[in-house]
Parts: sequence; structure tokens; C-alpha cells
Amino acid sequence: MLPEIVALNTSSSLSVPWWKVVYDFLPLTQWIDSSLHNAMSPFWTTVTEMLIIGVLILLFYALVGLFLVYAERKVCAFMQNRLGPNRVGPFGIFQTIADLFKLLFKELVPIKNADGFLFNLAPFIVIIASFMAIAAIPFAKGLHAIDLNIGVLYVIAVSAMGVIGVLLAGWSSNNKYSLIGAMRSGAQIVSYELSVGLAIITIVIMAGSMQLSVIVEAQRDGWFIFKGHIPAFIAFIIFLISSTAETNRGPFDLAEAESELTAGYHTEYSGIKFAFFFLAEYINMFIVASIAATVFLGGWMPFHVGPWEGFNHIMDFIPPFIWYIGKTFFVIFLMMWFKWTFPRLRIDQLLTLEWKYLLPINLVNVLIMAFIVLMGWHF
Amino acid sequence: MRSIINYLKEIILGVWSLLKGMKVTGSYFFRPSTIVTQKYPSNRKDLVMFERFKGEVVMPHNEKNEHKCTGCGICELNCPNGTIEVISKTIITEDGKKKRAIDKHIYRLGMCTFCALCVKTCPSNALAFSQKFEHAVFNRAHLIKTLNKPGSQLMKGVE
Repeated sequence: MLPEIVALNTSSSLSVPWWKVVYDFLPLTQWIDSSLHNAMSPFWTTVTEMLIIGVLILLFYALVGLFLVYAERKVCAFMQNRLGPNRVGPFGIFQTIADLFKLLFKELVPIKNADGFLFNLAPFIVIIASFMAIAAIPFAKGLHAIDLNIGVLYVIAVSAMGVIGVLLAGWSSNNKYSLIGAMRSGAQIVSYELSVGLAIITIVIMAGSMQLSVIVEAQRDGWFIFKGHIPAFIAFIIFLISSTAETNRGPFDLAEAESELTAGYHTEYSGIKFAFFFLAEYINMFIVASIAATVFLGGWMPFHVGPWEGFNHIMDFIPPFIWYIGKTFFVIFLMMWFKWTFPRLRIDQLLTLEWKYLLPINLVNVLIMAFIVLMGWHF
Repeated sequence: MRSIINYLKEIILGVWSLLKGMKVTGSYFFRPSTIVTQKYPSNRKDLVMFERFKGEVVMPHNEKNEHKCTGCGICELNCPNGTIEVISKTIITEDGKKKRAIDKHIYRLGMCTFCALCVKTCPSNALAFSQKFEHAVFNRAHLIKTLNKPGSQLMKGVE
């Protein structure tokens, strides 16, 4: 955990006024670290820190999941000229909590002739994959659980691991719909993972690093989507499309196409195990949205325009966490927008879109970006 | 070369048509006034149903308690469910002629499918649809309604 913090500051109180913490969490985390060091041995310090971070992430995970389900239902309703949930609490904000309790109390139906072990393991793999990804995301300045030097690669790799859970769920359910849904999901991930990677590489070329904190810091004088003008914008669009496909959402939700496959890979799941799949889908959306926000829109970095000192200073008054959340929800809104606008693609259309359109465009785009960076034409 | 141009054209047209679709949903999203859902039980007092809504068949009466039904029985013949039963009687007009008039126009709401054949075929436009839609009752007998009000008469000038 946080290796740079271990070189400690031994003071027992917070070194800055408490309200400044929202602009930079580093003094707070350092203070927690040093007080823990004073109280116990290094081993137990590490264990305690891991526990604290685990609990915080778990809490964040649950809150974001509940909120996103509500937001999705509201956004979808407004786009279809409906009201959405409006009975439980003001504007229906407690609807998802009621749904959660319903799912918690429901019976876990055992499936005859299903592979019991894999059947029970699958939802946890899906959940764990999204958990691992969320650990490496920079939420605000200094609020970053683990800052790997290959952060982007790590997040993409572990978030793609979720498909193993989907495949296991489909296989172990002993049900043709589940199996077809899982196989479609597999084919989808194999093709779209390429586009996600290449779209990110376009930006990694600009940033010159895969470390998320360095990528965010490099956007101090302007976000990459503006700095890299056209190629960065194309990469952003491609990233949006392919990451939506990767999370089995939107017009690419063939893995759970209701009209053909009842519910796809989670047909046989009920109660809390179904809730895990459901939650993981939303958290995966949150993860890809925050990657898009971090890599293309500057993460927690406020909106800066290179030489305008006064303007930059005003923007700095908004805390970084707000910037991060705002950008992430903007990307999530875009994803919801096209989910509720476009009809579901057929499997051949899905693969055509990837292999005939996105991939060639992406390859050319990477080339152009490399050329632009070489010639120094970006801002 | 031509194929490359076609490929690019396909992409641009495709993106354009997708953006058009997103414009529609986006415009709905940012204009909450387009929402059509009614919060029914809570806005029951001021809920106005639209003109075309087929609530139940009624026979409009004017302020002098007059209706337009001549008792011809075309509605009864046209009804596919046997919902309507016209019981007519013979009256003697002021100038001493015998004339047919309705005694009771019976309408069984429980059997009605709201096909509107009676309303459309009525030669004197005596029937109409009201916008009332809360039809639940505790006794089936309440669903059998007599459409002409007691003591009502045929409107002057309707033959």
C-alpha cells in the first residue's frame, strides 16, 4: 500500500486545515498512516490500511451500484416520456433500496443437474473482477488506493476478467439460453477488447505513460480530448462504443437479450446471486466510465486552459472529487443515452462493426496520433 | 478507390443517422414537459382524459331533459355482444299520430368491448362516449345501466 507514504511524517496531527483535505487527500492519508505506524507494527499497519480501504471501497461500491440503478431507470424513463420510479420516497429515490431488500429475501433456487461449485462461484468472479479494477482508479488528488505504473493495462486486464464469470455462469447453469448468452458474451469480449486497448493506446502515446496518476498530471494544462484534437476525439468515441460492448450493455447486450434468450447467462440465478450480476454490470459501467473520464477528460483534474491563469485558478476552487464524479457521470449519461436510443445489434452486425469498422479506424487513428506526437502538433 | 470512398461514406452516413436518433431521445430527456405518464390516484381530482378516450357509452341529454334517440334499434342490431337492448313504446303525439319512442335504452357495461359500432352507426347521433373510466362496482347489477334519464323526451326536430 501507498509506498511513498511510508516515508513518514511523524507529527501526530493533520498538517493542513481540515477543509483543505478536499483539495488534496495526501495529508489525510499520510496522517492516518503515521498514526497507525505509531500505534502498531508495520505488518499490522499494512493489514489495517488494507482493511480500511477494503471497507471504504465496499461502501462506495454499494452506494454507486444503488444510485446507478436508480439513475438508469430515471434516465430511461425520461427518454421514453415516462416518469420512472416515483412511489418510494421523494422522486422514488428509495426504490433501489427496496429492490435490494427484495433480492436479499428471495429464495436461492438450486438447479437440478447444474454444476454446483461453478454455479455458485460465477457471481463472485464477476464481482471480484470489478472490485479489483476499482482499486486502481484515482478518485481525487491523493485518493488513490494503488498507483501501479501500468495502471491502465491493469484496469483493462482485470475488468475483462469478469467475462470468465459470465462464461462459467452460462456453462454451469445447464441451460441452453444461458450457454448461448455466455458464448455470445465471450465472442463479444474477445473482439471488443482489442478496440478498448487500441483506443487507450492512442492516449498512452500522448501521455507517454501507463501510470494513471501521471496521465492525470499530464492533463494539467488541458484535457487529452482537447489536446489531441481529432484523433483523441475519435479514440474517445471508439472507447465509448467498445467499452459499452465490453460491459454487455446498451445496444450490445446480446448476452442477455431478453427477446431471444430469456435473460441470457443469468437466467437460472435468483436472489442475491442475481443481484451480484446486476450490481457488477453497473459497477463495470462505472469503471469504464471512470477510465474514460480519467484518460480522456482529465480524471480529477479541473478544467484548465493552458495560459489562462485566472480562469485556471477559479476552476481549482471546485474540489477534484467533484470534477471526477461529474465527468464520470457525464460519460455514464452518454452510455445510457445510446443504450436507450438504439436497438440491439444482431451477432453478425456486432462482429462486423468491430472487425470491419472500429478496428481499421482505430489502427489508422493510432498511426495518426503517433505521427502528431512525433511532429509535436498537439497542444 | 471507389470502395474506399464508399466505406467512408457508409461510416459518415451511419454516424449521422445514429446522431439523429440520439437527438430525438435527447430532446425528450431535456424537456420533462413531454412526459405523458399520469400520477393517477394522486391527481384524480384534476385528471382530464383526452377527447378520443372511450370510457363508456352515454346518451347526452340537453338541459330540457331531451335526448336524440328515436328508438330505431340500429345500435342494438349492430352490437356484436348483445350489450344494448332498446325497449320501445308507442306514444301519441299532440296531433294525434301514433309514434315510436324509447321506454328504456339498456346498456350492459360488463359486456361492452368499446368497439364504438353503436356510436358510429346511430343515425341521429344519440349516443356518445364519456371520459369516465372508473367502472369498478361491488355488484354486477350496477353495470346494467339505463341510458335515457327518467322522464326524458325526444328532442324536437329529430326524426
